[in-house]
Amino acid sequence: MTAPPSGTADTVDAALALVAGDRRRIMASVMPACHGDLDLADDAVAEAMATAVTAWRDNGIPDNPAGWVVVVARRRAIDRIRSASRRRAREQRTAPAAAVADRGLAHFAGDGAVEDPMASLGALDVDDQLRLVFMCCHPALSTPAQVALTLRYVAGLTTAQVAAAFVVSPDAMARRIHRARTKVRDAGIPFRIPRDAYLPDRLAAVLAVVHLVFNEGYLPHDDDDLQRLDLAQEAIRLARLLHDLMPDEAEVTGLLALCLLTHARAPARVDATGALVVMADQDRSRWDADMIDEGRALLTGALRRQDLGRLQLEAAIAACHADAPTHDATDWLQIVALYDELVRMTGSPYAAVNGAVARAFAVDPDAGLAALEAVADRHDLEAWPYLHVARGELAAMAGDHTAAAASLSRARALTENPRERDHLDTRLAHLRSNGPVRAGEGD
Amino acid sequence: MKYMLLIYSEPQTPPEGEPQDFEAMMQPWFDYGDAMTEAGVHVAGDALEAIETATTVRVRNDETVLTDGPFAETKEVLGGYYLIDVDNVDDAIAWAARCPAAQYGSMEVRPLMVIPEA
Repeated sequence: MTAPPSGTADTVDAALALVAGDRRRIMASVMPACHGDLDLADDAVAEAMATAVTAWRDNGIPDNPAGWVVVVARRRAIDRIRSASRRRAREQRTAPAAAVADRGLAHFAGDGAVEDPMASLGALDVDDQLRLVFMCCHPALSTPAQVALTLRYVAGLTTAQVAAAFVVSPDAMARRIHRARTKVRDAGIPFRIPRDAYLPDRLAAVLAVVHLVFNEGYLPHDDDDLQRLDLAQEAIRLARLLHDLMPDEAEVTGLLALCLLTHARAPARVDATGALVVMADQDRSRWDADMIDEGRALLTGALRRQDLGRLQLEAAIAACHADAPTHDATDWLQIVALYDELVRMTGSPYAAVNGAVARAFAVDPDAGLAALEAVADRHDLEAWPYLHVARGELAAMAGDHTAAAASLSRARALTENPRERDHLDTRLAHLRSNGPVRAGEGD
Repeated sequence: MKYMLLIYSEPQTPPEGEPQDFEAMMQPWFDYGDAMTEAGVHVAGDALEAIETATTVRVRNDETVLTDGPFAETKEVLGGYYLIDVDNVDDAIAWAARCPAAQYGSMEVRPLMVIPEA
């Protein structure tokens, strides 16, 4: 290795920009030295990056800029903890306090041993990233807090970006994140991969957070946009990260496959005027074929593990749609079977409603309606707009336009997303003027 | 870390019948306490007398005001507690879930505040 030249302002900026893009992994690598204190880790990384500007300009850009930042940030964090514990020891020499400080110091002695920031690191550690994910998605935190922490610290968005994604003010999001961080620190939420006994539940919580972020991007429930691509893409990035970190977990692979197979349809979900296009009417040539191929390959790999879960089933349903050349040529019997299995596994009435709609296409509208009413009898779904959409579309298929219009009007009254409301208005106008129109699975 | 497990449940009618029924009812609690002691996490734990025995005390303008009854009238009331010492909130939650009262009442898990020795 030859001595690196002094960095120019441009090359230093470029290196820093690269490092900033790696901030999640850097945070994860610094966290063990910070005892789960996100504030301390955040500050230490910021200080290290500030130091880098002059250090790299004077001494050249290191071979591993991210590793350099990690080592310097860890050292900062350790210095702070040491000076805090020395201050405590000085001010009050009580045995318990000293014991706590000693235990703490012993814990990160290994990290402190790395003295040369230029030393090759190889420590952007997979396990540390996983620990960060499990900490942010801890079920002792509220779901909004889990989502906020995950987007902020795992996805590496700024507080302002997280706020924008959920249409809350930056101040409110900053408070939410601060409260969540305080709970992480004070309630003793651990920075570690859960023990095997806890792992299934904890993994489910992690997957639920990413799935929720994806769904919010796919169809924001109260936003003017029909889909928020940035959030959906962020969720796909998170799902990819989880898949990289846990390649052997079939449901993690299932989640990534589901996101890809669903997101592949995004270009066809909105027409030139910005209106919603239901799946039956979508131009399938606009579906993203590469994304479908990747999703299908992932799903095949996951199913081979013989560890079936709900996300794999949902991905399999999405794959059936992706494989069909047209709406009519869809393998609806297969989709019905998959929904039946999903209902058996989860007891979800929402899956049962979708299964009833699929049954209408697989068999006939009356079979679908009978299945739908059976679900509606067992569960109280009257406040859920899609129940009425499904009821209305199946009635339209069966030729009962009066019942169809009544149900779609009910759905419209319950729907908050303005674009979805526009779509229902169009459907209602069609029903009143043209008679039978094409019904679609809600997409 | 030390955690307080606060046990909330609806007040129960006193057990009737033979004494051995009472023993049978208490057995899960004895087992739970034994498991905590065996695991070395038990610091303290007690059951409280019925909510009807509660007195609420406030001092306002140097005057002590007593109220017959609990601080808040709620359906589920504080009936006891355990103080445990475990590694982190995961273990605290796991112990709370094993408490017999978790089956019919609610367990509130609260970390003890560590006062910084400033």
